[in-house]
Amino acid sequence: MSEPGAALAAQRADGVIVGSSRGQQVLFPERARYRSLVEELRDDGFEMCVDLCAVDYLRHPSRSLPAGVAPERFEVAVNLLSLSDPRRLRVRVQVPESDPELDSLYDVYPGTEAMEREAYDLLGIRFLGHPDLTRILLPEDWEGHPLRKDYAIGRVPVQFKEAPGRR
Amino acid sequence: MSDQTGTSGAPGAPGPHLDRDGQGEGRGAAQAAAPPAGVRTLERPAPLAPGADPAGAARGADEELEDPVEALLHTETSEGPQEMAPRHATLPEELQRESGAVLRLPEGFVLDPDDWNVEVGEDQTMIVNMGPQHPSTHGVLRLMVELDGETVLRTKPVIGYLHTGMEKTAEELTFVQGCTNVTRMDYLSPMHNELVFSLATEALLGVELPPRATWIRMLLCELNRISSHCMWMATNGMDLGSTSMMIYGFREREMVLTFFEKVTGLRMNHNFIRPGGVAADLPDGWEDDVLAICETIPGRLHEYDEMFTGQPIFRERVDGVGVLSPEAAVALGATGPILRSTGVAWDLRRSLPYLAYDQVDFDVVVGTYGDCFDRYAVRLSEIYESVKICRQIVEKMPPGDYRVADRKVTPPPRGRIDESMEALIHHFKIFTEGFRVPEGEVYVGIESPRGEIGCYMVSDGTNKPYRMHIRAPSFVNLQTLPVLMRGGLIADAIAITSSVDPVLGDVDR
Repeated sequence: MSEPGAALAAQRADGVIVGSSRGQQVLFPERARYRSLVEELRDDGFEMCVDLCAVDYLRHPSRSLPAGVAPERFEVAVNLLSLSDPRRLRVRVQVPESDPELDSLYDVYPGTEAMEREAYDLLGIRFLGHPDLTRILLPEDWEGHPLRKDYAIGRVPVQFKEAPGRR
Repeated sequence: MSDQTGTSGAPGAPGPHLDRDGQGEGRGAAQAAAPPAGVRTLERPAPLAPGADPAGAARGADEELEDPVEALLHTETSEGPQEMAPRHATLPEELQRESGAVLRLPEGFVLDPDDWNVEVGEDQTMIVNMGPQHPSTHGVLRLMVELDGETVLRTKPVIGYLHTGMEKTAEELTFVQGCTNVTRMDYLSPMHNELVFSLATEALLGVELPPRATWIRMLLCELNRISSHCMWMATNGMDLGSTSMMIYGFREREMVLTFFEKVTGLRMNHNFIRPGGVAADLPDGWEDDVLAICETIPGRLHEYDEMFTGQPIFRERVDGVGVLSPEAAVALGATGPILRSTGVAWDLRRSLPYLAYDQVDFDVVVGTYGDCFDRYAVRLSEIYESVKICRQIVEKMPPGDYRVADRKVTPPPRGRIDESMEALIHHFKIFTEGFRVPEGEVYVGIESPRGEIGCYMVSDGTNKPYRMHIRAPSFVNLQTLPVLMRGGLIADAIAITSSVDPVLGDVDR
């Protein structure tokens, strides 16, 4: 029913680990290699970056990763799309909790501008080289990053009272 | 790329005339007068040194906090205001973005150094707020527009007024409940939201759907595309001053919604497409209802065609307005009718088929110039194509079950609950606890009326998604606004915003 992602892991010639998840190809670059890899992929025909999002793995540290990838708290997943040769590719890069910074893809794909702002806003990943890294969905004075797993959900206390009688 | 696709300009095909041979001179003149916007020949100046950065100085002054504890709390959250900064306080990179200079230029493209920053001085420009409460913003979209007289220089969408944290909510809901959440995101195409969530869950589960479930989903999605595009016709007409179009578009949409109400019980927010299939089989006589829609809509579209396509007042408003180049559209991640209007024949239903779209016959409609008229024409033609698909679905609808026969995913039929204790327990367990989804992560993208809607789903093996991210087409498409608006008139801003078709529930989530 499920195939473990670690089983199909391989390594490219340049050292980037290649994995697979439910039949979808995934690359696991080092953080320093991330931007240059995406730039190479763009020149290889992945013209469009359809999606960029971050995940906080605080409560799920034992996730299955291919051998050679050290799990960190945060992960940024970038979904690329090739229009000329229809196919998808995902790049997952590990971002440590102590230093949640990553190179911005803004110069490679200008369309990631809003997506990186969203990832910063909701998960607190800072993108180096982004021209306008401000909050996008939340107000400017919001504190914290709500999609982090240690950010509690707000609750409105509901008080149940006896329904008022007819009199 | 375009060899496998047809256009509605093919002989015999109905719809507006996308092959512009012999069209009125007004359009050609507008094209010649306006330079092709989108990628402008701008030079990229070297970034300012950090010490000489006026923006940093301006922002830093606001951020000085006296209390160290408070300063600690604010360290990550005071990254600066979201509003459009005055020209002197804007980073060069951001200025380039507003003017489209960061978009990749073709090889050997000559840059004109004098074209960069040719605007008048700051005292001659004015920053104006449009929205969030403005009828043409289709919700609560705030646009900050920098004007030089009547000409738009920079535009910045400020969003988030409808943000309700639906991605966080999804982490608290089980996979069974998840559809009720995502269906409220893009409220004009709820079926596509439910479909992408269900497809992602099913990809993680590894279940294979019976064919009838797939075809029912396809039917509902195509009908939803019709209703969404009719709604766009209505609002676009009203934005451009044709109030009768508002009534007509809603009338056609209501036909589809009446059918949805008959099938799902609700006009919107159906929660009908669920992981494992659909909630119920189609009601008796559904073929007649669908065929009635398929009979009526093309005639009504013909009326739209007469009302708009050749009408000079409408054409004056949209011809050559808000032009986007294919390179800019791809670089900005624009999908759907916006991308197709620039001539890129990209439709996920054709290029990366899902459901059973490889078994139905339809055309991918593309435009030529990427202006507001092309976006109108592409959407109008797509309704014809959706009607075509619906007719084929009525013919080819296979018999069988409408949900997967996996007892761990699908609740037992109502009749079994009265007879069997196990069925009752299964029913109770699925609706209270849900089912467990194997660990893993997956991305699924489908073609919604607004472009690619995607779902990135991470499961940690429990009954709730560990992380559910929706790639919202409106959110990404909104990034084309600064490029589309630049150099145009403030009056065209309404037409351009409308032609991008943002649904703010989808933008803000």
